[in-house]
Amino acid sequence: MPTPTTLDQLPLRQNAQIVAVDWGAISDNEGRRLRALGIDEGISVEKLYKGMFGLNDPIALKVGRMLIAIRKSHAQVISVRPDPVAIPA
Amino acid sequence: MSEIAPLIVLAGNPNSGKSALFNALTGARQKIGNYPGVTVERKSGHFSFADGRHAELVDLPGSYSLDPTSPDEEVTRGVIMGLQDGERRPDAIVIVLDAANLDNHLRFALEVIGLGHPVVVALNMMDLAERDGLTLDPKKLEELLGVPVVPTVAVRRRGLDELTATLENRLQQKTTPHKPIVVAERDHGLRKQAKQIANQVIVAETAGRRWSERADRLFLHPFLGPLILLSVLFIMFQAVFAWSEAPIGWIEGASEWAAAAVESNLSPGFLRDFIIEGAIGGVGSVVVFLPQILILFLFILILEASGYMTRAAFIMDRLMASVGLSGRSFIPLLSSFACAIPGIMATRSIADPRDRLTTILVAPLMTCAARLPVYAIIIGAFIPPTKVGPGIGLQGLVLFGLYVFGIVGAMIVALVLRSTVTKGPNSGFLMEMPKYQLPSLRDILIGLWQRAWIFLRRAGTIIFAATVVLWLLLTFPKVPEDSAMSQVDYSVAGRIANVIAPVVKPIGFNRDIALALIPAMAAREVAVAALATTYAIDAPDEEAEAKSLTERLQSGWSLPTALAFLAWFVFAPQCISTIAVTKRETNGWKWPMFMLAYLFALAYVAAGITYWSAVALGL
Repeated sequence: MPTPTTLDQLPLRQNAQIVAVDWGAISDNEGRRLRALGIDEGISVEKLYKGMFGLNDPIALKVGRMLIAIRKSHAQVISVRPDPVAIPA
Repeated sequence: MSEIAPLIVLAGNPNSGKSALFNALTGARQKIGNYPGVTVERKSGHFSFADGRHAELVDLPGSYSLDPTSPDEEVTRGVIMGLQDGERRPDAIVIVLDAANLDNHLRFALEVIGLGHPVVVALNMMDLAERDGLTLDPKKLEELLGVPVVPTVAVRRRGLDELTATLENRLQQKTTPHKPIVVAERDHGLRKQAKQIANQVIVAETAGRRWSERADRLFLHPFLGPLILLSVLFIMFQAVFAWSEAPIGWIEGASEWAAAAVESNLSPGFLRDFIIEGAIGGVGSVVVFLPQILILFLFILILEASGYMTRAAFIMDRLMASVGLSGRSFIPLLSSFACAIPGIMATRSIADPRDRLTTILVAPLMTCAARLPVYAIIIGAFIPPTKVGPGIGLQGLVLFGLYVFGIVGAMIVALVLRSTVTKGPNSGFLMEMPKYQLPSLRDILIGLWQRAWIFLRRAGTIIFAATVVLWLLLTFPKVPEDSAMSQVDYSVAGRIANVIAPVVKPIGFNRDIALALIPAMAAREVAVAALATTYAIDAPDEEAEAKSLTERLQSGWSLPTALAFLAWFVFAPQCISTIAVTKRETNGWKWPMFMLAYLFALAYVAAGITYWSAVALGL
């Protein structure tokens, strides 16, 4: 069983489930925007791309069929549990 | 139904193809305005039902939720609830859904349906869903939601007749097919319900051609991605110059022809001079830039409609973050290379107010198309067309340098602003990147037409008025025959310029420049027209008048003066329209005044440094 981690630490092309979001660490407005874009506890995400020159900021996530760009500062407050078997790319 | 055309509103998530549907239904005759008191665009148009009756259609700002997180979303909520100032209560709401993105988009749809107003769902972009390997059951969706569902492909104009027919039926209350769904209460519940419905509507899902994902592996590649972006921008700016040569020639030819026609049909005198020198000369020298502006916008519109622009924002985010902005600011700033006005208007998509204000304040530093005439004439006159390397000319290099100068200036200013007047926590960058899509020619043409119209209206009003007033001020009072003074020195404009001249003398500007700066407050490109008008009036005889503006500049200006003039135009906020749009977008005079003051100060310092450095170097 892979150990829980935060979204920014998740390796690329790795599916994971969001287990917790530290809503207190971000503003209400940002929290609502995250949820409106479908990022919430219980959903599955896949980290697909990193920013320029492989910097971990921003990152692009697959949420359902949408591709969402988020910054490291938000990814850091999102705890995820990587899926046991990585879906082949 | 009442006598007044019913009001239909289009609502939906951003990237649901809402605007494409709006364009497809209404065509090019759109009215673009603002909701009172807020800086949210109101786009409306008309379409007709099968029986010929009209309906008004309003394209609401894209929203992810009825629980608003931006002014755009507040307006959408207000209109849907029937509470928005400046909008009557809609007779029906069309919810536009991305068929390939149902689980996410249904969330907003459920919120709206939950309100109980008359709703028709347009299940849009069915073609992209199929491309993704999805098979959907629209009937099932209709059954589950309890409202009519019409499959559409707005960019290919498919399903439009069905949509209007369904709307007509809905307005006449002929159909209420099923019982409307009972919508879950909160945030989390809504998402779960959306997911459940999506799962039932998707009847088959094969791997399909994940075209978009494969493209992203290239475009969002950590190293190739930025390179591709750089190449795209390079090609874009190359095209602005290369493709515009021929159409610029046609416009110049047309204005010469018009001037010649007036000359041969009117007797010499005030009216003839006025039309040829003031009207045709002034406006003509500005309209020649229409091709360049349109080419730049053509690229921007294609990049936006194809979905690439959000990738560019993603790539640029880290860089923008280093000066306190976000990737979101990239799109408005790129548009500002064409013109700061649409650029500043595009800042509405930036959710964070400080981010947005900073972007507005630095947008005028991007080299807009209106500076090109000024740069082009000065560079052409003073920079020799020598080669500094294979395929690289000195003139092009100087022009490129002026662009870089503006960008670097904007970055520094943004950094300073973010740690002073717009200080605050670094904002987030949260953005959906839509699937790639072949842009529809129709949407691109409508966009270009709207841009061209705005520019021509400006040329026909502000710029025309400014050149005419300047011409009058330069022509009167007439210098007496026996006076040793030139017409320009004797005129009202010359006398005003003589007052300003001492102020700009320390930065190397002569009287003619001081004179050109006044009307150029209306718009930068007027500076060229103003110089042309000044020298035309000042010409002692026909032969001198025929001398080109370039030759006059070469004989009248020193190189340090010319360089200082270029440096001035990198920063100077000489555009009334930009100031006006800033006032509108920031709801007051405070920020446009601040913008004016800081940009003039920068322009003065930059021109001064340039002048004295050039003089010291013995140029």
